[in-house]
Amino acid sequence: MQIAVNVNGTEYSRVIEPRLLLIHFIRDDLGLTGSHWGCDTSNCGACVVWLDAQPVKSCTVLAAMADGRRVRTVEGLARGDGLDPVQQGFARCHGLQCGFCTPGMMLTARWLLDRNPDPTDAEIREAISGQTCRCTGYENIVRSVRWAARREAAAAGGADRAEAGTGGDAV
Amino acid sequence: MSGHLPNSSYGAVPRKEDARFIRGKGTFIDDIALRGMLHGAVLRSPLAHARIVSIDTAAAEAHPSVEAVITGESLAGRGLAWMPTLSADVQAVLATDKVRFQGQEVAFVVARDRYSARDALELINVEYDPLPPLVDARLALHPDAPLVRDDLPGRADNKIFDWAAGDEAATEAAFAAADVVVSGDMIYPRVHPAPLETCGVVADMDQVSGRLTVWCTTQAPHAHRTLYALMSGLPEHKIRVISPDIGGGFGNKVPIYPGYVCAIVGSMITGRPVKWIEDRSENLMSTSFARDYHMHGEIAATRDGTILGLRARVLADHGAFNGAAQPTKFPAGFFHIFTGSYDLTAAHCAVTGVYTNKAPGGVAYSCSFRITEAVYLVERMVDLLARELGMDPAELRMRNLLRPEQFPHTCPTGWVYDSGDYPRALRAAMDLAGYEDLRREQAERRERGEYMGIGVSFFTEGVGAGPRKDMDILGLGMADGADLRIHPTGKAVLSVSCQTQGQGHETTFAQLVAEELGLSPDDVEVVHGDTDRTPFGLGTYGSRSTAVSGAAAVVAARKARERARFVAAAMMEVAPDDLEWSDGAWRVRGDPEQAATIGAIAMAAHSGLELPDGVDGHLDAGSVYNPPNLTFPFGAYICVTDVDPGTGQVRVRRFIAVDDCGVRINPMIVEGQIHGGLADGVGMALMQAITFDAAGNCLGGSFMDYLLPTAIECPSWELGATVTPSPHHPVGAKGVGESATVGSPAAVVNSVIDALAPFGVLHADMPLTPAAVWCAIQGRPFRSDLAITD
Repeated sequence: MQIAVNVNGTEYSRVIEPRLLLIHFIRDDLGLTGSHWGCDTSNCGACVVWLDAQPVKSCTVLAAMADGRRVRTVEGLARGDGLDPVQQGFARCHGLQCGFCTPGMMLTARWLLDRNPDPTDAEIREAISGQTCRCTGYENIVRSVRWAARREAAAAGGADRAEAGTGGDAV
Repeated sequence: MSGHLPNSSYGAVPRKEDARFIRGKGTFIDDIALRGMLHGAVLRSPLAHARIVSIDTAAAEAHPSVEAVITGESLAGRGLAWMPTLSADVQAVLATDKVRFQGQEVAFVVARDRYSARDALELINVEYDPLPPLVDARLALHPDAPLVRDDLPGRADNKIFDWAAGDEAATEAAFAAADVVVSGDMIYPRVHPAPLETCGVVADMDQVSGRLTVWCTTQAPHAHRTLYALMSGLPEHKIRVISPDIGGGFGNKVPIYPGYVCAIVGSMITGRPVKWIEDRSENLMSTSFARDYHMHGEIAATRDGTILGLRARVLADHGAFNGAAQPTKFPAGFFHIFTGSYDLTAAHCAVTGVYTNKAPGGVAYSCSFRITEAVYLVERMVDLLARELGMDPAELRMRNLLRPEQFPHTCPTGWVYDSGDYPRALRAAMDLAGYEDLRREQAERRERGEYMGIGVSFFTEGVGAGPRKDMDILGLGMADGADLRIHPTGKAVLSVSCQTQGQGHETTFAQLVAEELGLSPDDVEVVHGDTDRTPFGLGTYGSRSTAVSGAAAVVAARKARERARFVAAAMMEVAPDDLEWSDGAWRVRGDPEQAATIGAIAMAAHSGLELPDGVDGHLDAGSVYNPPNLTFPFGAYICVTDVDPGTGQVRVRRFIAVDDCGVRINPMIVEGQIHGGLADGVGMALMQAITFDAAGNCLGGSFMDYLLPTAIECPSWELGATVTPSPHHPVGAKGVGESATVGSPAAVVNSVIDALAPFGVLHADMPLTPAAVWCAIQGRPFRSDLAITD
């Protein structure tokens, strides 16, 4: 079957097997390997991407279900030539070690901050509680998200947020 | 020893690795795609124990996308049906005679895409003749027990080894002299490291050059290369093993797995690269598990709380093949460090290893070769003793901890602890926790019928394996190499044998070299994970990278610095002895303004400058580091829990961890390592167990059944540090990767048992799930592992 999916702003049209999982479509058909596969059962969240404006576990979404919709992956987090504050926060606060869960964690964090610019630690923990990290014990992931929230709040006070994205420290 | 002082290049610098990972630009095994690459899939046994009657692959071979189907029989033709394990046993690559655990590899399909490979598995017809399974290790030595390993000539039972350490007679005497003897039985359940990325491989046999390239999720690429050479007969210089970015290892990625060998054979047969990526169930059901120790402990003390002796008897379940990854001399790993952090008179432990119809492997999972089990045993025993004596568990520990003046200390089973100030660490943890206030709060809550627990554990680790005279794996000594090249412009490339799986070697090792040479860490590139580009060494596990490879890097850098001294002397026309290294440069004694940095010296070393006899130019240097001893990190942990007596739910409210891992090269990375290990400890204590039913069905074969802690179960970790430099490591570092995993489970369990003290509960086995805790409160027996019956 043929599907057309907008991934990170680019339109892709592909002929696929109906049973193809979205994660395999993104990784194998489109070559966007930043999203990872980890468990097959929607437990670990290594495969989290946005489908339209919602984080989903792409190991349990059929590629066919993305037909005509928008997908955002880690490769679409940065804006222009600047890193998203969430990406900066993960690097600044040692929010990653092996880096395997990181793309999914960052996409959920971005989704959270878009809805709740000033989350409490408990709200951050709840937001990422459908995802597993085996390295960090979550502490520095929470700090990373908090750092991004503060960076965005500071930027909103002076300039627009896009500027904060490009004005961050080089990482 | 300048390394013992605060250093300019050390510190919490951001990681070099992160730039690629935050952009989704890492290269993990499944990200590798080669032209013409095929995909493999493994057919696994549904039964724990069965004779194979027949395997019919005809329908699979007829699948239009299938390029090859491999069975044990076809491997036998190449002498590859069996492979050596890391404990000098053999393991079936693909089963030929019978299957010995559920999930065992039976056939391998190579197809043009990953979905077709899976489809074709369904077309293979295997006829099994079921045999009674041996699932409960405690029945393994019964005369009527099914024989798991009838493939081993002359074998009549399921015993792998009997092994003991310590002085049995002296321990007997210590127990005879004691006022109080307390004993306890405890199971450290089978757990699985479950790195978020499963295991995988891409094998590419170039049939023209005869070169085999293996990209693989391996923590030990050099050891794998040597083993592949020994197994396959391919010359070792024609084999290249590359570890790409690894999505967590934790010991799971140390061994060679059958899928790797099958992919290599698949590439040999088809002449094309073959990729095999494990799925999650395969990872949990067939690859290296950890623990599975049935332990009986006894502790002897005087009435006033002086511990005199410790005894342990252990039954170790190694599964169907003894694939335990540990130094050859130590079949129970370093379990005999079980006297822990205490000043004991005598100790004795005896360990019996047995085969069962469960997945093979063992040791793996951040345990420092079984020190996890040892610490858990002694720390539970000390808590049981405290309960018996009516003493505060922290006070009892403080009374018995080794004192700083006793180091170096030879423990009753022979380990020589290099350094430590244990009371200082425990006091620091108690202060950070507000220990006395917590005890007051606990008493008040108990008055109100609330169940709050305070658990203490103190651990001593032994890492950095290890001295070549004592330690090898399959005959390969545990020394590691480092090569340092310094380019003419003073930029450096360090090649090391260890392999990061998230530990940040590319940053920490650059800091180590930068500090020795007065460079910026940005000027040092770290190469690792490629056998063609790095010197030999045994890799990253057992918290050995900083302790061994880090030391090798420092030694190489110091050699380069010493070479630079002669070049600098020629540059400045002074005698080498007139120079001293200070503030990042070789300086003329008494005239420190006259100086040369490594950058300037490197250019001169590559120039036409006339050098003294015996100095050939260039600054490159190499080293092989053979550690004189293990290093001995330690720490004091305190866990505060609240238990709901109605549901048995445990909430970890606080976790305080004071770690002493010697000098911290990058404290940010060190703390991150500790955070992760603490989460592991909470997971093992409360949630994680790979269990079986009586038929040998694995009950933990997915993340729906094998529960891992999330951000909800984990508290915000409260860390403290003391620094007692290792006296024999070149910069005083000790290693930290596994400390928290080793030390934390006992703190969590001690805390929960402490919370349940009003119910008279003395012990409950991990994982302390709501059901387990609720049953303990009710005084009912509970086993999460259905195969283990009381």
